[in-house]
Amino acid sequence: MLTIYYSFFNWNLLKPGSFHFSGLDNYSALLTNESIRTAVLNTVVLTVAVIALSVVLGLAIASLLNSEVFGKGFMRTLMIAPFLIMPTAGALIWKDTLLNPIFGLLPYLLTPFGLGRVDWVNQYPMVTVVVVEVWRWTPFMMLIILAGLQSQNPEILEAARVDGASALQAFRRITLPLVRPFIELGALLGSLFVVQTFDSIYMLTFGGPGEDTTNLPFLLYIVAFQGFSIGQASAIGVVAVIITIIVATLALRTLFSIFQVEARR
Amino acid sequence: MTTSMVGMRSKILWSVVGWLVVFVFFFPVLWMWLEGFKTEPQAASSPPTILFVPTLSEFQEVLSGDFPPFFINSAIASIASTLLVLVFGLPAAYALAIRPVKKSRDVLFFFISTRFLPFAASLVPLYLLARDLQLLDNILALILIYTTINLPLGVWLLRSFLLEIPPDLFEAARVDGAGFRHEILRIVVPLITPGLAATSLICLIFSWNEFFYAVNLTSSVAATAPLFLVSFISGRGLFYAKLAAAATLASLPVLLAGWIAQKQLIRGLTMGAVK
Repeated sequence: MLTIYYSFFNWNLLKPGSFHFSGLDNYSALLTNESIRTAVLNTVVLTVAVIALSVVLGLAIASLLNSEVFGKGFMRTLMIAPFLIMPTAGALIWKDTLLNPIFGLLPYLLTPFGLGRVDWVNQYPMVTVVVVEVWRWTPFMMLIILAGLQSQNPEILEAARVDGASALQAFRRITLPLVRPFIELGALLGSLFVVQTFDSIYMLTFGGPGEDTTNLPFLLYIVAFQGFSIGQASAIGVVAVIITIIVATLALRTLFSIFQVEARR
Repeated sequence: MTTSMVGMRSKILWSVVGWLVVFVFFFPVLWMWLEGFKTEPQAASSPPTILFVPTLSEFQEVLSGDFPPFFINSAIASIASTLLVLVFGLPAAYALAIRPVKKSRDVLFFFISTRFLPFAASLVPLYLLARDLQLLDNILALILIYTTINLPLGVWLLRSFLLEIPPDLFEAARVDGAGFRHEILRIVVPLITPGLAATSLICLIFSWNEFFYAVNLTSSVAATAPLFLVSFISGRGLFYAKLAAAATLASLPVLLAGWIAQKQLIRGLTMGAVK
């Protein structure tokens, strides 16, 4: 059912574009084009790295904020700031004031470790983009996982402790299964957004050097608005849709399972 | 050593760890603020200036320069599209939640599937459409696009809030002879005020921070705040303090709104699934 809706939608949306007269040529070009393979690979690497890291960090920080610590509320308030900051602004701040090899704060702080004056943006472009995106998406994961942690009944944990379970055991056997749907939801919703990453790449590396950080949305932008080949760009768009459909179908399933759990309560 | 002392120790330990982590994440934001209050030579010094006398001069320069039109465009685009989402989204959500039409579930799926469509895929047709309708570099195009992007999210969110209203309430109102308009205005709207707030917040965040369509469909007249920041990447010399001041101002509305409405944020981000 879902797939039918999606397929309907793809067709519908591309109809007003140049899809018609582009024919199948664009698709055969897609399969042989080096740039597109690089872009698909970069998209996958970026998305997987960002989601994996931000979920792990988000889980750790959410657990911290869910335990007995001072100033939880204020900590959460500060933590969500990176997610709220305009992505273009965040990327610029990272690039020019934190990572700049001459005036940036990070190279200065890292000098004692022999890492000073590293031009992060140019020498490790993908690492830079991943770091900035992880910085942005960890708060998102943390918020969702924290909501999951807070929904668990503390008495069950207490009972486990009375039965002699260690903190680690209790976490793995009781807490983790409980927040799993929340982690899945965060990861899937997050990847729907991260697949589309454009702002930070535009601001940080402009897809470069070469095509090292060109992902699908950025390639489409280059092809359509620097190369003006609309047909080719549409074909890239379709590739992006296919990738997204796979993730989105999973996301919707998770979303509905959470809705059902909530309804049963 | 008593258990409470052990508890206190671990509480202090974990608090320190927690605050360190939070500091690392918050630091870029803090640094952005600090840089904005410096003078240009202080912002572009090596080693970085840590202690300085804060000055408002860069903020004044940004505000008296060419920034305000960008900011106003952003405000128009996000506020207008958010209002449109509420106007169109509330009836749709009502139809799906309170008086389910046939195949509501499919409609619901269809709505949300449009939200998951990558921006990149719809850019080309939208660009051509905007060109043909003479809407390129027109704020109207952005308003319409942001409305369509956020509408599915809005419908889902509003629906999740509407579902929480006990159905008995509607029964009682109808027994008392309340008309449809009365039902909406006296029952639905007051009860879902938090829902309206959550929906507005999410729509505002997404449309205010949106960059992909803005950079491709506008150039000068209708350009929004993120586009003003683009002018800083072309390496026009060292304008770090000005950059930081502009970035601070551009981020401020969403940051404040998100902080004020933290509770609504989670629910909005998960389309109502997580409370």
